Amino acid sequence: MVRPVHRRPGQSRKAQYSLFAAYVIAVTGAVAGLLLAILSVVDPVGFAQLRLASQEITAPVARVSRSVIGSISGIDDSVGAYVSAGSQNRRLRSELAETRRELVATSTLQEENRQLKALLKLQETDKTALANGYLLTSTSTSSKRIALLSIGRNLGVAAGQPVRGADGLIGRVLSSGPSVSQVLLLTDVDNIVPVRRARDGLPALAYGRGNGDLDVRTLNIANNPFKPGDILVTSGTGGLYPPNIPVAIVVRRQDDGALARPLADPGKVDAVSVLRPYTPDNIEAQPAPAPPPPTAAGPTP
Amino acid sequence: MNNRAAPRLGEPASLWRMRIVPVATVMIASALPLMLPLVANSPVLPPLGLLFFLCWQLLRTEMWPVWIGLPLGLWDDLFSGQPIGTAVGLWTLASIAIHYSSQRIYWRGFLHDWAIAALLIAVIQSLAALIVHPSAATGRVLGLVVPQIVISALLVPLFMRLTGKFDNFRLKRR
Repeated sequence: MVRPVHRRPGQSRKAQYSLFAAYVIAVTGAVAGLLLAILSVVDPVGFAQLRLASQEITAPVARVSRSVIGSISGIDDSVGAYVSAGSQNRRLRSELAETRRELVATSTLQEENRQLKALLKLQETDKTALANGYLLTSTSTSSKRIALLSIGRNLGVAAGQPVRGADGLIGRVLSSGPSVSQVLLLTDVDNIVPVRRARDGLPALAYGRGNGDLDVRTLNIANNPFKPGDILVTSGTGGLYPPNIPVAIVVRRQDDGALARPLADPGKVDAVSVLRPYTPDNIEAQPAPAPPPPTAAGPTP
Repeated sequence: MNNRAAPRLGEPASLWRMRIVPVATVMIASALPLMLPLVANSPVLPPLGLLFFLCWQLLRTEMWPVWIGLPLGLWDDLFSGQPIGTAVGLWTLASIAIHYSSQRIYWRGFLHDWAIAALLIAVIQSLAALIVHPSAATGRVLGLVVPQIVISALLVPLFMRLTGKFDNFRLKRR
C-alpha cells in the first residue's frame, strides 16, 4: 500500500481553513443527525412521509424482483430446519397425534357452538377485509422489523389497521403511502399484542423478540400455566386487533412466561388482508356482544 | 474523427466517472435490500451500504471530504428502516474515525483495514439497534445484531475486493 498523503495541508491558509471547515460541518452534522434520530424514535410518524416516498421508488423494483424470483422465505429458518431435522420430526409426529385427538374433540364443540349460535341468532362479526395485498419486501439489514405492503392509500389502507394472513396475525400498518404501506411485524421488539389462550381464555401479552419469536407473559406471575403446544389468539382487549385471530403457538416454557412462535410466518405468507381496526365503536355497533366467558378479563396493556 | 474515438496517450480518466462510481455503489448497495423479495424475521443481511462506505474510505481515504457521511447516511436511513438521522450521525463519526486512524497508522495493511472495518461495523450496528429500541433490554437488543455483525466482519475482505474492482473501473483510462 502506498503511504497516504499527509493530512496537514502545509502552509496554505486556504487549504487549512477548508479542512477545518469540513471537520466542523461533519461534527455538527453528525450531532444533529443523532439528535434527529432520537427525536424520530420518540415521534415515529414525523418523517414517515419522507421514508414512504423513497419506498415508492423501490417498490416497483421489488414487485418485479418478487415476480421473477418469488418470495425468498426466511433463510435462517431453512438452515435451522436442517440442523434440527431429527428431533423436529419426532416432535411433529407426537404433535400431529395430539392434534388429531383435539380435532375430534373440537369438531363436536364446533357443532354444538353452531347450534347454540343459531339459537341465539348471533351474527358473525364483520370479518371482511378492507383490502388484500402481499408483502413485497422488508428491512432485512436493520433490527426494526418493518415489511412493505403492496397496497396503500389507493385501496383505503391507513395507519393503525391490523394485517393478517391466512394462518394468523402478521402485524399492523405503521404508515401508508400512495401505493405502498409499511407494516410493523408482530415480531418487532416494540410490538405488543394482547392475547388469550385459545383453550381456556387465559389472558396474556405477547412481546416481539425481534428474531422471529415472541415472549408471552401472563398477568399472573405466581404460576406459569403455559405448556408447549398452547395456541394463542388475539383477545381484542384494548382495541386495534379484532378478537380470535390466531397469533402464536407456545414452543417452550420460560422463567417468566413462555416462548412462542407466530403461526403466520411473514416470509412464507402469500397474500395478506388488511382489516378494520377493532375500536369501541365497532364493538357497540355489533348486534350483540361477543360471548366472552372468563376471557375478556384482561386489563388494557 | 478517428482521433476522437481512440484513447489518447496520457489522457486522464473521466472526471464524472471518477466522482460518480463510489457514490453510486454506496447508494445502490443501501437501497438493494429493499428491492429483494425477502421478508426477514431477523436482521439477516449485512449492511451492504455501510460495507461499501467503509471500504471506499479505507481504500481511498483522501477521496471524499470528511462530511460525506451526511448525504450518504441520509440516503441509507431512507431505506434501512432506522429512524432518520441514525446513519447520518454514525457514518460521519465513522469517517472521522477512519481519517484519524489514517493519521495514526501510516502503513496501514490489509489486516489493519479489516480490523478497523469490523470494529466500526460492530459499533455502528450496535448503537443503531440501541437507538431504535431505547426501552428494550440492552442485552437482548445486542444479541439481535451479533449474528449480523459476525457475518459482516467476515464479508469485509470480499467487499474490499469488490471496491478494488470498482476503483479500477473508476480510474480506467477509456
